Amino acid sequence: MSQSETPTEPGVHQQSEPHGHGDTHGHGSRRGYRIGTLLSIVLTVIPFWLVMSGVLQNPGLTAVLIFAMAFIQIVVHVVCFLHLDTRSEGGWTLLAFLFTAVIVFLTIGGSIWVMYHLNTNMMPMPDNMVGRMR
Amino acid sequence: MTDHSLLQTVFGRLTWEAFPIHEPILLTTFIVVVLLGLGLVGAVTRYRLWGYLWSEWFTSVDHKKIGIMYMILGIIMLLRGFADALMMRLQQAIAFGDNPGYLPAHHFDQIFTAHGTIMIFFVAIPLVVGLVNYVMPLQIGARDVAFPFLNNLSFWLTVSGALLVMTSLFVGEFARTGWLSYAPLSGLAYSPDTGVDYYLWSLQIAGLGTTLSAINMVATIIKMRAPGMTMMKMPVFCWTALCSNVLAIAIFPALTAAFFLMILDRYAGTNFFTNDLGGAPMMYWNMVWIWGHPEVYVLVLPAFGIFSEITSTFTGKRLFGYSSMVYATVVITILSYLVWLHHFFTMGAGPSVNSFFGIATMVIAIPTGAKIFNWLFTMYRGDIRFELPMMWVVAFMLTFTVGGMTGVLLAIPPADFVLHNSLFLVAHFHNVIIGGVVFGLFAGMVYWFPKAFGFKLDPFWGKVAFWGWVIGYWIAWTPIYVVGLMGTTRRVNHFDDPTLQPWFVVAAIGAVIILIGILGFVMSIVMGFVKRRELADTTGDPWNGRTLEWSTTSPPPAYNFAFTPVVHDLDAWYDMKSRGYDRPADGYRPIHMPRNTGAGVILAGLALVFGFGMVWYMWWLAAVSFAGLVAVAIGHTFNMNRDYFIPADEVARTEGKSLPLAAGA
Amino acid sequence: MSDHAQDTAEKAVTWHLAEEEDHDHGGSGATILGFWIYLMSDALIFASLFAMFGVVSTSYAGGPVPREIFDLKLVALNTAFLLASSITFGQAMPHMERGQVGPTRLWLAITGLLGAAFIAVELYEFSHLIAEGAGPQRSAFLSAFFTLVGTHGAHVTVGLIWITVMLLQLGRHGLSQPMKRRLICLSMFWHFLDIIWIGVFTFVYLFGVLR
Repeated sequence: MSQSETPTEPGVHQQSEPHGHGDTHGHGSRRGYRIGTLLSIVLTVIPFWLVMSGVLQNPGLTAVLIFAMAFIQIVVHVVCFLHLDTRSEGGWTLLAFLFTAVIVFLTIGGSIWVMYHLNTNMMPMPDNMVGRMR
Repeated sequence: MTDHSLLQTVFGRLTWEAFPIHEPILLTTFIVVVLLGLGLVGAVTRYRLWGYLWSEWFTSVDHKKIGIMYMILGIIMLLRGFADALMMRLQQAIAFGDNPGYLPAHHFDQIFTAHGTIMIFFVAIPLVVGLVNYVMPLQIGARDVAFPFLNNLSFWLTVSGALLVMTSLFVGEFARTGWLSYAPLSGLAYSPDTGVDYYLWSLQIAGLGTTLSAINMVATIIKMRAPGMTMMKMPVFCWTALCSNVLAIAIFPALTAAFFLMILDRYAGTNFFTNDLGGAPMMYWNMVWIWGHPEVYVLVLPAFGIFSEITSTFTGKRLFGYSSMVYATVVITILSYLVWLHHFFTMGAGPSVNSFFGIATMVIAIPTGAKIFNWLFTMYRGDIRFELPMMWVVAFMLTFTVGGMTGVLLAIPPADFVLHNSLFLVAHFHNVIIGGVVFGLFAGMVYWFPKAFGFKLDPFWGKVAFWGWVIGYWIAWTPIYVVGLMGTTRRVNHFDDPTLQPWFVVAAIGAVIILIGILGFVMSIVMGFVKRRELADTTGDPWNGRTLEWSTTSPPPAYNFAFTPVVHDLDAWYDMKSRGYDRPADGYRPIHMPRNTGAGVILAGLALVFGFGMVWYMWWLAAVSFAGLVAVAIGHTFNMNRDYFIPADEVARTEGKSLPLAAGA
Repeated sequence: MSDHAQDTAEKAVTWHLAEEEDHDHGGSGATILGFWIYLMSDALIFASLFAMFGVVSTSYAGGPVPREIFDLKLVALNTAFLLASSITFGQAMPHMERGQVGPTRLWLAITGLLGAAFIAVELYEFSHLIAEGAGPQRSAFLSAFFTLVGTHGAHVTVGLIWITVMLLQLGRHGLSQPMKRRLICLSMFWHFLDIIWIGVFTFVYLFGVLR
């Protein structure tokens, strides 16, 4: 009772799969893999090209663009290669992933916010003393 | 190669000086422990129990046995941790003015560090994990947890961590840096000896065990509930177990990372938390508290779950506001991840950061309050039976609430600026941990002991334990709140102001009363065993319970349920009883069970050796044991012989023996 | 068939299942979910390491800065190897689902080779940096760089060992249920590492050079 979302691949699930009892985990489809492959390559080449060629001549803008492309590529990997969807494991893998994403954001964002404030309030040190941050 | 450098290669920095031959207290303790140990080993050998222990307990993958072993570990370590507490109370009761007391700072610092480390990591965590391990699979109608071998491994990794800490008592020294071992004090420059290394390696090993266990429990609750048991028909204890373990998975990686970076600083010369070359010691504080605050909720949420189960059972009513209990638990889980900075308001993050975390901290009191109201409303107009588990619940409500309120007080940054690192803070967290976690654990142990062992704990000694703990807690800790408000700093082994002494003397008396409570608890087990026929649980349902664990015999058979129950409602067992359920007497099928394995013990043993080798810079030993770990882990994956079937007639025999007793009425 | 149903006054209530499900020929059916949850916890370890890196990313202590030490051509090569290995793993999985041991092992082996190439390039980069005096002890920035990238590399190495063991076991046991389950877990692990690498090459290397 594996529920395949790939009507184009009738032969894929002939054998009894390591899933049953109504629960599902994601399957690959040839199409999904192909799209994922293509997008990953594009979303990798462009950032490298932007930085190595310096074509935009604007580091701030470049940073924003490559940040966005990294984020998108991560989503591509998660959807196309890890087959994350709302149905696998009754929605629990998606929930776990979203929860983790929130915690990642809080850990990295929260730490940088806190540490930035702590550093700002640190006593300024003369150049020749140890303990300088920069 | 000279003799000296050969010795150094083999023994690293371990020398004869590491052994406490000049310290009378340690030497005496060592001798006593050795004698007790030899006595125990001798008895086990004499009665030829090694085979039994190995095949029935140490290699067991049964969640019930693993749960019991966790509890034994926790109780033994409670004795060690409490001994540390008594030593500190005695020192602080006498060391005023000219009297230096009997504990110089060098030892006092190790004792308060060990006390906190042991109580959190090797008492509270094992006891909570042990109870969840034992009870949760039964409550959801499952036969075991999702990953039985991993369960066994997690237990033994925790034991390895505990053994490494205990070793530090007799070989070398423990850390003197407090239970969280703050940088930069814990860095190589300021703490070059073995102390912090013992701390780091024992907690990394134990932490791995806890993380794996948490993954196990979450997967179990999600995947292995009995048919018909939707999430909202699950016992509240299982909800709190789920949220607690989800939180544990979310936070232990942060602690692992923080300790990993500190290990790199101490072993590889990196500069994460050093004072120079760009290091950021404050980031260590940040990372450990990202772990540390949610950790206390990991501990207290299952305690709240225990209180929910006991309150509804002993008032004979369904728990009031089941949905709001679930939502409150989830909200607490999420909020607990947003408050960590309140542990270092004074570190200077400034008003915008401090206010955010201060307000978030205060908000967390709201869902907790909702839970307290739900318990009260459950009790209202209920047919309350004030047996021992219910007494613990009431004691919790009165004690924990006060601690929660002092927490809200401390959540206000300007107040915290005065009270940070004072004894007021110490009193607050002992208030909530003892009033919340410890009382909850005792309640749970008394409540579920008959299920696990087939007889109740001795009620008289159980009451001695109760009153010892409750009266002892209040007498021990109220004076500490007072001296804390007066400005006394924590972690200090000597005071100049003699007017403080009466308070500390009262506190010491309170600690002795708690000792009576602890001994009372041990006696309740001993006397329960002695009087086990009189106190026997013959029906499997000694308290008129409401959840599925009470539908099994006491103790349950290895497979828990001959037939997986189908659940129709919340309080499934109560539902079965009120609708005239009859236990089936035939039609048994073979039951699929996982095999025992020694791989967990061996892996944890190798981890212990690895940790010891790293502490003492015995690189060859660390390398060999690490290689062994990899080899055994890979070798274990080649073992495909992991399960077996209990034949149907054996199931029939087991059920037949118990059927007349546990007729499900 | 309700052998074990109980009649109440109104209707029969089913208290037990008539047929016991045998979960997954020996497993609990929870392996995939459990492994996924483990990956989430691993993601959180990396999040902490990224946070540490973020905090000290400009703490050069007067030492080398990213622009001086990062060779983006080498990083691009590395990234290509790792991304290619994810793609080749994706080629193995349909063969696995169809029970074809031979092609599965072939694609798995190619994945392993690409992964090994990734590690080789990384070791070359690290040894070069250390020889230049830009080792992990030089500054907090370098400590964080080596640790974050090195931890990722260590995970890839574990993956390579796992691939090797899988190749051996596939030879022995073929594509049995447990083997398929293990391969699914390994594929999740491998793709996960590529996801972490996206974060690494973006936030460590590219951002570093842009700064």
